[in-house]
Amino acid sequence: MPKRTDIHKILIIGSGPIVIGQGCEFDYSGTQACRALKQEGFEVVLVNSNPATIMTDPEIADKTYVEPLTLETVSAIIEKERPDALLPTVGGQTGLNLSVELYEKGILDKFGVKLIGANVESIKVGEDRELFKQAMDEIGIPSAKGGFAHTWEEARKIVEETGYPAIIRPAYTLGGTGGGTAFNPEEFEEIAKSGLAASPISQILVEESILGWKEYELEVMRDLNDNVVIICSIENFDPMGVHTGDSITVAPAQTLTDVEYQKLRDMSIACIRKVGVETGGSNIQFAVNPENGDVRIIEMNPRVSRSSALASKATGFPIAKIAAKLAVGYTLDEIPNDITKKTPASFEPTIDYVVTKIPKWAFEKFPGAEDVLGTQMKSVGEVMAIGRTFKESLFKGLRSLEAVKPLRLEGIPDHLLQRKLARPNSNRFSYLTYALRNGYSIEEIHRLTKIDPWFLEQLQEVMQLQARIDGRNLNDVPSEVLQNAKEFALSDRRISYLTNSTEDEVRERRKDLNIEPVYKRVDTCGAEFESHTPYLYSTYEEENEADPTDRRKIMILGSGPNRIGQGIEFDYCCCHASFALRDADFETIMVNCNPETVSTDYDTSDRLYFEPLTFEDVMNIVETENPEGVIVQFGGQTPLNLADRLHKAGVPIIGTSPDSIDLAEDRKRFSALLQELNIPQPDNGTAVSPEEAKKIANKIGYPVVVRPSFVLGGRAMAIVYDEQTLDEYMRTAVDASPEKPILIDKFLERAVEIDVDALADETGCVIAGIQEHIEEAGIHSGDSSSVLPAQKLAAEHLETIKHYTVNLAKALKVIGLMNLQLAIKDDRVYVIEVNPRASRTVPFVAKATGIPIAKIASLIMAGEKTLADFNLPAMLSVPQIFVKSPVFPFKKFAGVDPVLGPEMHSTGEVMGVGETFGEAYGKAMEGAGIVLPMSGKAFISVNDSDKGQAVVLARRLDKLGFDLIATYGTAKRLQEVGLTCETVFKVNEGRPNIADYIKQGEISLIINTPLGRTSHYDEQAIRKSALQFNVPTVTTMTGAEALIEAIATKKSQGQVKVRSLQEIHANKKSLIAEEGR
Amino acid sequence: MNLSKKAILVLEDGRTFRGDSFGAEGETFGEMVFNTSMTGYQEILTDPSYAGQLVCMTYPLIGNYGVNEEDTESRRPWVEGFVVREASRVASNWRSTESLDSYLKRHKIVGIERIDTRALVRHIRDKGAMRAAISSIDADEKSLLEKVLATPAMQNRELASAVTIDKTFDYPAEREEKFHVVCFDFGVKTNSLREFAKHGCKITVVPAETSAKEVLALKPDGIFLSNGPGDPASMQKVVSEIRKLTENAVPMFGICLGHQILGQVFGGETYKLKFGHRGGNQPIMDLTTGKVEITSHNHGFAVEAKSLPAEIEVTHVNLNDQTVAGLRHKNLPIFSVQYHPESAPGPHDSEYLFRRFIELMEKGK
Repeated sequence: MPKRTDIHKILIIGSGPIVIGQGCEFDYSGTQACRALKQEGFEVVLVNSNPATIMTDPEIADKTYVEPLTLETVSAIIEKERPDALLPTVGGQTGLNLSVELYEKGILDKFGVKLIGANVESIKVGEDRELFKQAMDEIGIPSAKGGFAHTWEEARKIVEETGYPAIIRPAYTLGGTGGGTAFNPEEFEEIAKSGLAASPISQILVEESILGWKEYELEVMRDLNDNVVIICSIENFDPMGVHTGDSITVAPAQTLTDVEYQKLRDMSIACIRKVGVETGGSNIQFAVNPENGDVRIIEMNPRVSRSSALASKATGFPIAKIAAKLAVGYTLDEIPNDITKKTPASFEPTIDYVVTKIPKWAFEKFPGAEDVLGTQMKSVGEVMAIGRTFKESLFKGLRSLEAVKPLRLEGIPDHLLQRKLARPNSNRFSYLTYALRNGYSIEEIHRLTKIDPWFLEQLQEVMQLQARIDGRNLNDVPSEVLQNAKEFALSDRRISYLTNSTEDEVRERRKDLNIEPVYKRVDTCGAEFESHTPYLYSTYEEENEADPTDRRKIMILGSGPNRIGQGIEFDYCCCHASFALRDADFETIMVNCNPETVSTDYDTSDRLYFEPLTFEDVMNIVETENPEGVIVQFGGQTPLNLADRLHKAGVPIIGTSPDSIDLAEDRKRFSALLQELNIPQPDNGTAVSPEEAKKIANKIGYPVVVRPSFVLGGRAMAIVYDEQTLDEYMRTAVDASPEKPILIDKFLERAVEIDVDALADETGCVIAGIQEHIEEAGIHSGDSSSVLPAQKLAAEHLETIKHYTVNLAKALKVIGLMNLQLAIKDDRVYVIEVNPRASRTVPFVAKATGIPIAKIASLIMAGEKTLADFNLPAMLSVPQIFVKSPVFPFKKFAGVDPVLGPEMHSTGEVMGVGETFGEAYGKAMEGAGIVLPMSGKAFISVNDSDKGQAVVLARRLDKLGFDLIATYGTAKRLQEVGLTCETVFKVNEGRPNIADYIKQGEISLIINTPLGRTSHYDEQAIRKSALQFNVPTVTTMTGAEALIEAIATKKSQGQVKVRSLQEIHANKKSLIAEEGR
Repeated sequence: MNLSKKAILVLEDGRTFRGDSFGAEGETFGEMVFNTSMTGYQEILTDPSYAGQLVCMTYPLIGNYGVNEEDTESRRPWVEGFVVREASRVASNWRSTESLDSYLKRHKIVGIERIDTRALVRHIRDKGAMRAAISSIDADEKSLLEKVLATPAMQNRELASAVTIDKTFDYPAEREEKFHVVCFDFGVKTNSLREFAKHGCKITVVPAETSAKEVLALKPDGIFLSNGPGDPASMQKVVSEIRKLTENAVPMFGICLGHQILGQVFGGETYKLKFGHRGGNQPIMDLTTGKVEITSHNHGFAVEAKSLPAEIEVTHVNLNDQTVAGLRHKNLPIFSVQYHPESAPGPHDSEYLFRRFIELMEKGK
C-alpha cells in the first residue's frame, strides 16, 4: 500500500521533560518519527516542552512548539496549525495520555484531526488493566488472576481466586507505599486493610503472585496489511518483581526453547491484533513459570517505549522510524532495511551477539529512600553493551556504568548477605559476585534470588577465570588465560588489579601477545547479507570488520549513561557536533554506550561504536580509526575525565586544551589565575583531611559550601553552617584524599546566581547567554529555574560579567564552548566556577537565541572555521523571554524530603516562552507539571527574615483573589498589616494542622521558606503532603514572587498564546546552513 | 575451567579456524552451511535435511536450554558436524533432560566451539557453501584439507535414500480421522506429521523410492512430498514416479525438497543457491493475498522460475532475493512451497498451508 494522500500535516506530541520512567529514549524515537515523516513530504508540527531534545531543533520539524504539554496549550496549537492527523505513539505515556484527552474533550473532532498509528479504543484496551484482561481472556491468553477491590469484602473475594502469596498494591500512593505480599490470610487482612486506608481513592489491586517467574518482553510491529513481525525478544535477568526498567535485560531471550519462544510469539501476534493496534510498534510483556512453563501476559504498551528503543539499538531495526512510515500507510515490505539496503523491513531481525542493558540508579542522592528494587521504577539511566557472549556483554556493560567503587563486603554476615540477595537492590552485582566467590552454590543463590541458573553459571565462569589470574604475576598469566579474560570482557584495569600491575602494563603485555580487540557490525541479519552501515562493537575474535576509511575524521566521545547532573543536554551537544562536522565533510565517529540517546542512532554519525567510555575502550577505537581529532568537551564529565590520559597517550584532543581544562578544574591554579585577572572569587580553600577542612572553614568563616572536586551535578555537595556539621560531612559523606581533595568555598547567602555560556577562540569571544537564576545561590544551578535575558541585573553588573567572561576565555585559551557560574552579592560580582566545555544549558541557550552554538563550537574546534567567520554579535540576543525550569523525581522515592539544596536532584527540564516574564515562567511551571492555581487558599509560612517580603506577596495574592492562611508567626504579621488571614497549626502544634488541610485538598498554593535547622520536621511533613497531593509549593521568596507573577499574568491574559520556534526566530538567518557547508 | 581439547575446522578453499572440541571427538566431513535461527538447535540437529552438512549457528550461544525428549524432529540427529561460538556448560530449562554436549557425544556428532563463527559465516556468504571438515584428532590443516578435497560435493549428491525410513508406517490422526495422507519420506520432520494429525489426517509414511502404483494402492486422499537433503536434480527416478501420480489428480502438497521435485515433475529446473536459506526469519510474500509471512527455511537449491511451464503459477516469492518460494498447478490440485510450514523451529505464520491442503482434499472427496 502506498502512503496516504489524504493527510498532509501531522502533529507529533513529544514526551516532555526527562523523568524517571520516561527518559531520552523518546527523543530518539520522536526525532526518528519527525525525520521519517518529513522525508515522506509531510508537514510536521511538533510540540514538546523539553528544550534539551534533538527533536525540538528547528530543522527536525516544520513547526516546533516548545510549549507545555497540557490540554489547553496543545488545543491552541491544533487550532492554530490545523493538522490533518495526530501521531500519538512516539511521545511516551505523556504523548499517549494527552492524545486520548484531546480526543475525549472533542478537540480532535472539532478540528478534524485523525489519529494515526493507534485509535482511542485500542489505546484504552492496551492501557486499562480490566479491559486488557478481558480482551486476553477472549482470545485465550492467560493473564495474572486478580482484580481491584474498594472494600475489605471485595478484597477477600478476590484473594479466594488468586490464592497465596497474593500481591496487594494500593492505588495512587507515593512510591507504592502501603502495599506488600501476603503469604497467609492474617497477613492479607492486615496489608489489604492498610492498603485501602493508604489509597486516597480507597482502591487496591489484589493479584496472584508471579514473583520469581521469568520475565520476557517481545517487540512487535504491525502494518495496515496486517503483517506482523517480532523485532526482538528480551529476557530479564531479574525475575518478576523488579520493574523492567530496573532490571538487567538481555536480548535475545536466552533460556527459552523454540517451542516456548514461538508460543510467546503467537500470543504477541494475537494480542496486537486483538487490541487492535493498526500500525506501529508495541511492547508486550510476559511472565513464564520456571517450574512448568505456564505463561501469563503482563501488559502491552500500544506505542514505542523504552524497550522498543533498546530493541532498535539491539538489532539495528529502527522501530520508531518504521512505525512512523507504517502510520502513513506504507506496509513493511515496501520499506527497505537501512542496513542491508537490499532486503525489506518485513522480516524478523536475527542477531549474532548478545545485548545487555544495565540500569543506573541514583540512590546516593536520595538519603532516606530505601535501596530496594520493586515494581516502581527508580533508575535514572541505563547502559547497553554488545558482546559475542553474555559474559562479554554483561561485563562490558558493568564497566560502562562508571560505577564509583565496588562495595566492600568482606566479613559480611551470612544472614545479611542472604537478605541482600533475596531483596533486589542497586548493588546486587556486588552481592552476587561476592556470594559466588565465597562458596555459595548456584542452586543456593538461585533459591534466594530466583535468577535463572544459566545466568548465574555465566557469572560463575567469570569468577572462576578471575581466580586463575588473581595474585599471579602479570607475566606468569598464560596467554590463553589472558585471551580468555579479554573474551569475558575483564578490563585491563581489572586484570591489573588482580595481577598487582598497572593498566598500562596490562595493555602492553596484551599487545605483546597479540591479544587485541576486533570490531563486528550490527547488521540485523546475522551476517546473512552485507552490512552497509558501520554500527560496531568490540570483541576478542579473529576478523575485524571496522574497515576504517582514509577520510578526514573526528571522533566524539559521548556522555555514557544518563544520571542526575549528566543527562540529555550533553547528548544533544554530541549530536550537534556530529551533525555540523558531517555537514563540513568530516567523517564523524560517535562513541557511546547509552541506548536511549539520539547519539547512538546509527543514522546520527557516519560511524557508531557502541562501546564503554573507558580509557581502554576509547584507545582501542582511536588506534583502529586514527581520527584527526577527538572531542571530549561535549559529553559532560565522563569523557572529560579521560582527557588527560588520552592526551598523554598522544590522542589529538581538539578544542580547549587538556591543560586549560585542568587549569579551570584545579582549584589552586584557578584561584591564582583569578587573582592575576583581578576577578573576585568567594574565599576558598582545598582540603585533603578533616583537620585541614576545619582550619580552612574557620579562616573563611561559616557558612561554607563543601564538595568533592571533579564531579557533576553537585554530588555530595553541601552547605555547612558549623564545625560539627563540617566534621560529620568530612567523616561520612566523602573520602578526602590527596587525589580527591574537598573544595571549600565561602557560601554567599542570598546572592543572585548567574550562568553564562560563551563561544570563544583566538579570534574572540561571543557571549551566548547570561541567565539569571530565579532561586538564590545555594540551590544547585541545575535545580534552579533561570531566565534569559536576565531580568533584574544592573547594567554595570552585566558589563562586569561580559568583561570577566571575555578575559577568562582569553586566559584559558578557550576554543569552543565555555560556561561560567557567577554570583552577585552586595553589589559585587564573584566568579564561582568556569568550565571550558559544553554545559547543561547549551541546548536551552541555543533554542532561546536561535543560534546553534554547539555546532559552531564544533566547527571552531575542528579548525574548519574561526569564530570571526560567523559574524556573530559580541552578545547574542533573544527575541522573547525564555525560562528554563527543572523537574524532580521525589515522588518515586518514598521517605525522602523533597527539599532543594546544593546537590542536584532534578532529572529533566522544560522551557517556557513568553512576551513577559510572567507568561514565560507560567508556561515553564505548567510544562513542569505544576497547575497554576487561580484561586483558593494560599498557605504562607516563612522565616523571620522573609516576613517583610511575605507581606508584599500576601497583598498581591489577596488582590488576585486568594484567601490567606498561615501558621501563627506569619499570620500574626499579616494580620498586623491589615490582611485577612486564617491561622493554622503547625504539624507539631496539634490537629487539624496544615498537613491535614493539605490532605483534605483545602490548600491551593504553599509558600514555605526554611525556618532554619530546628523546624525541619514540620517543613518535611508539609512538603511531603504537598508532593503527594500535587499542591504547588515554593520554598524561596524569589520563586514565590515569580510564581505569583505568572498567576497574575495568566489571570489577565485569558487565551493562551503559542509560538513556534520558527516564528520566534523568523528573522534570524539560518547560520549553519549558510556558513557551515 | 579445564583446558579444553582443541579442534580444527578446514574449508575446501583452505580457510582454517582453530577452536575447542565439543560433543564427540573425531573427524567429520560435509558441506559447510549456516543457520540464522536464534532458537531451535535441537530441531535443527534432528532435521534430516541437514544430512551431509556441517551446520554453523550464527547465534553465538547454543545449548543454554539443553536438550529434551519432545523437541526432536526425527529419530536421531543428522548433521555431520556442529559449529558454535560458545556451547553452554549448563542446561537450564524445566523440560531439559540432557546437556547439548552430552547429547552430541551420545550420538557421536563432532562439534567445534570458540571459533569466530561470524567470520566463518561471512566467508560462506561471500564464497558460497563449500566442503569442510571438523577434526579433534588431526590438527594438521594440510592433511585435513586433502581429506576434504576427497569428499563428494553437494551438487548431484543424492541423500534422501540415506535418511528415509526402511518400512512404511502409519501416524494416527488426533481425534476423528477425516483424511488419509501418504507422505513420501525424503527426510520428513515429525512436526509435519503432527500438523497433519492435528488436522484430522492419518498419515502413511512411505520410503522415498516407493512407486506410484504402491502409493495409489493405499488409496490416499492426498499425497505429501516432504523435505529432505541432497541435490533434487539427482532424484530423477523419484521425479518420474511422482509424475505418474500427478496424472491421477490426487491433491498433492510438496515442501522444500518435495517442492523442488514437483518443480521438476512439471518440467522445471533446479539450481544450487550460493549459500542457501537457513533460518527462521525469511520474508515470503503470498502473491495470492499480498501478505507477508515470516517463515522457516532450510534449503540450498531452488526452482528456476524461468524454466517453469505456463500451467505452473508462482504463488510465493522470497522478498530477500526474489527466488521462487511457492508454486501451484493451474489445473490440478497440486501446490508446493520451498519453505517449512511445519516450522519446528521457526514461526507458525505458514500453518495455513496445511489448511489449504485440507481444503483441496475436501474438494476431492
